Amino acid sequence: MKLTLLYFASLADRAGCAAETLDSVARTPRELYAEVAQARGFGFAVEHLRVAVNGAFVSWDAPLAAGDEIVFLPPVSGG
Amino acid sequence: MNGEAGDARGQAAMPMKRFQLSEEPIDVGAERPALDHAAAGAYASFEGWVRDHNDGRAVQRLDYQAYAALASTEGEAILDEALVRFRVREARCVHRVGRLAIGDLAVWVGVSADHRGDAFEACRWIIDEVKRRVPIWKNEHYVDGESGWLHPDNRPAEGV
Repeated sequence: MKLTLLYFASLADRAGCAAETLDSVARTPRELYAEVAQARGFGFAVEHLRVAVNGAFVSWDAPLAAGDEIVFLPPVSGG
Repeated sequence: MNGEAGDARGQAAMPMKRFQLSEEPIDVGAERPALDHAAAGAYASFEGWVRDHNDGRAVQRLDYQAYAALASTEGEAILDEALVRFRVREARCVHRVGRLAIGDLAVWVGVSADHRGDAFEACRWIIDEVKRRVPIWKNEHYVDGESGWLHPDNRPAEGV
């Protein structure tokens, strides 16, 4: 199914883009991260990231649906 | 009475946002009146400024990047939560995004309360939660020409 990913901060630098649309068989954010991390060379472990789907935080094992917008969030540093 | 009804309609038409991301410099003087309340006897605020050094390195400027959709809802949730957790009358926060120079105001938190203790406590709690939860990232540009995204412990990213 088609999924859209947005990247921020160091993940965007590493990916070389701010967004991408891809076809994936991943059923959860955990599976999707494993796939994308390998392809993009992301070094963060899942424990150091949070994940949002369609603008809201979700658990790593939440079900994904076609058309979802997924964001893997590196540790934040605002303020 | 007609005048009051008019005011109420006006407020309903423009829902109040307590947390804002701003691409423009923060005007504290323009934000502070939102905290006005006849029962409030105290106002506490926090200003976060861009400093010229971090972790032993000379900093020239920085960029803030936000995942705006989620930063807005998470920031709003923090301020709503503060109004429940603390005996305060109103609370606001504005966080800059984009390119900032040394000395620029990066984040402002304002709280009004009946008494100073609650205002101070809530203000401290809000800035701590904003730093911990809101998806905003800081990219420091160093005097030596390098740059790096900060991920916690305020150190440049090693995770990628």
